[in-house]
Amino acid sequence: MSNILVIAEHHAGSLKKGTLAAATLAKQLADKVGGGFDFAVIGGGVDGVVSELQGYGAGSIYVVDGPAFADYLAQPHTKALVAIAEQSGASYLVSTAGTTGKDLMPRVAAAIGAGMVADCVGLAEGDELLFKRPMYAGNVIAAVRCKTDKTVVSVRTSEFDTVEKTGGESAVVAVAAEPGEVGARFVKFDATESERPELTEAEVIVTGGRGLKDGPTFWNMMNPLADALGAAIGATRAVVDSWEEVPNDMQIGQTGKVVAPKLYIAVAVSGAIQHLAGMKNSKTIVAINKDADAPIFQVSDYGLVADAFKVLPELTEKVKAARG
Amino acid sequence: MKILVAFKRVIDPDARIKLTADGSAVNTESVEYKANPFCENALEAALQIAEEHDAEVVLVTIGGDDTEQTLRAGLAMGAARAIRVEVEDQQLDSDLAARILAAVYKEEDDVDLFLLGKQAVDGDNNQVGQLLAEYLGLPQACFASEIEIDEDGEEATVTREVDGGLETIAIQLPGVITADLRLNTPRYAKLPDIMKARRKTIDVMDLDDLEIEDTELKVEVVRLEEPPKRQAGALVESVDELVGKLKNEARVL
Repeated sequence: MSNILVIAEHHAGSLKKGTLAAATLAKQLADKVGGGFDFAVIGGGVDGVVSELQGYGAGSIYVVDGPAFADYLAQPHTKALVAIAEQSGASYLVSTAGTTGKDLMPRVAAAIGAGMVADCVGLAEGDELLFKRPMYAGNVIAAVRCKTDKTVVSVRTSEFDTVEKTGGESAVVAVAAEPGEVGARFVKFDATESERPELTEAEVIVTGGRGLKDGPTFWNMMNPLADALGAAIGATRAVVDSWEEVPNDMQIGQTGKVVAPKLYIAVAVSGAIQHLAGMKNSKTIVAINKDADAPIFQVSDYGLVADAFKVLPELTEKVKAARG
Repeated sequence: MKILVAFKRVIDPDARIKLTADGSAVNTESVEYKANPFCENALEAALQIAEEHDAEVVLVTIGGDDTEQTLRAGLAMGAARAIRVEVEDQQLDSDLAARILAAVYKEEDDVDLFLLGKQAVDGDNNQVGQLLAEYLGLPQACFASEIEIDEDGEEATVTREVDGGLETIAIQLPGVITADLRLNTPRYAKLPDIMKARRKTIDVMDLDDLEIEDTELKVEVVRLEEPPKRQAGALVESVDELVGKLKNEARVL
């Protein structure tokens, strides 16, 4: 029996990579407090997700599978996770800090009387178990202590590598759970129509800021560059707030998505603190801005002081050529 | 209908955050406070619902009397009255805040909806609405970008901003909804409304009134530090130089 439970995040029958980053935090936790980790999977028809989780060194994979859990809703999923946690005897419940984890885990914490650490970015050094988490739009990193017997943690997955396969088979354990009283029903899900990778999983991200004039211009400028790089497109908060053509789920920053791709290209982005909090862990950062004093240059590896409208078409062409 | 709106003040989100010398706290000397932006979205949503459904909008905050300025700003936007739960030195975590709000909900009769911001931009916890919903046994719809209440005021259809798209769910009322930024643009208070707000009622309760004895925190901040600074890199002169460096130096192309 393991003491740490990692809740799998999945969508449309496949596992989200962030789950394996959350498992890395679970392993670090196990190094500190002893024990090991299990996975938990909740949904309707999740055999595929369960098999994707095999080979990562989990003791067991606990599964609640049934039509009542097919669509994510906070109340039934809380009941399911509480049932799994009881059966597994876990002291630590770990999820990603994606929108599902953010929605679900506080409810679970309240249900089991646990404290919750949101958006964990790592464990503090030293003997005592302290969790590090950002506050004030990433301007402050707090070390927090959870004082309850059980601890709920959501993990900022961009801060962790994914766990490697170690081989071996985890036992699959079916758990019986009742959805309980549910005061909500699922109506529909409109997926963001995009041929591009999802922002939180993309290796290359190009982000446009307010300097791109308006919504249509934003797309005209960003699409060709993203095509050339096979990149996802992000936007600043100012952009999604002002231009209807740019949906909010493209927002990168403390109040939007937190990303850490291999290459991040910020175009006409000034670099407000809250935006930097969402991207400053990217491996290589490129900034293009005509204002040489823009704060984005303080975090960029390569800065080009130039008018985006003038250099972006050239950059797009030369990236294409360089990638052959 | 009656709508409760959690309304928190935070350090001006555009201000530079500084730590005290010993790193134990954020330096609050000569900082300005403003309403948490997401709370303003929640209030605006409540006011819009009230315009359509004849609802009373009640603000709730937790803090000392220095939070009343923020409450007055919310009253000037159009809330009918406010409740301040007096806690002077008591430290809060998300859990205690949620238990206090749950107690206020129970104290007020016939609440149909509890609206909150999805997170406060100081602690950035994004927990209170969800905790509150569980403590009250109510359905929740978090990260709302659109809210529609049916004619009888019995069900809310909520579009949620989730990873990879927009999800729509319907929740029975009473329920808990947390606001995301795109939900609306909060209105500015007009001068006559600011004057009127001075006469609106702010009821003050304390934890005894709400019969909250357990003020033990579940999660405690031990210390704060500034995040590691990223080293600024070099400026390049041309697109050619940039592409060359990305290909040969950073090896990311």
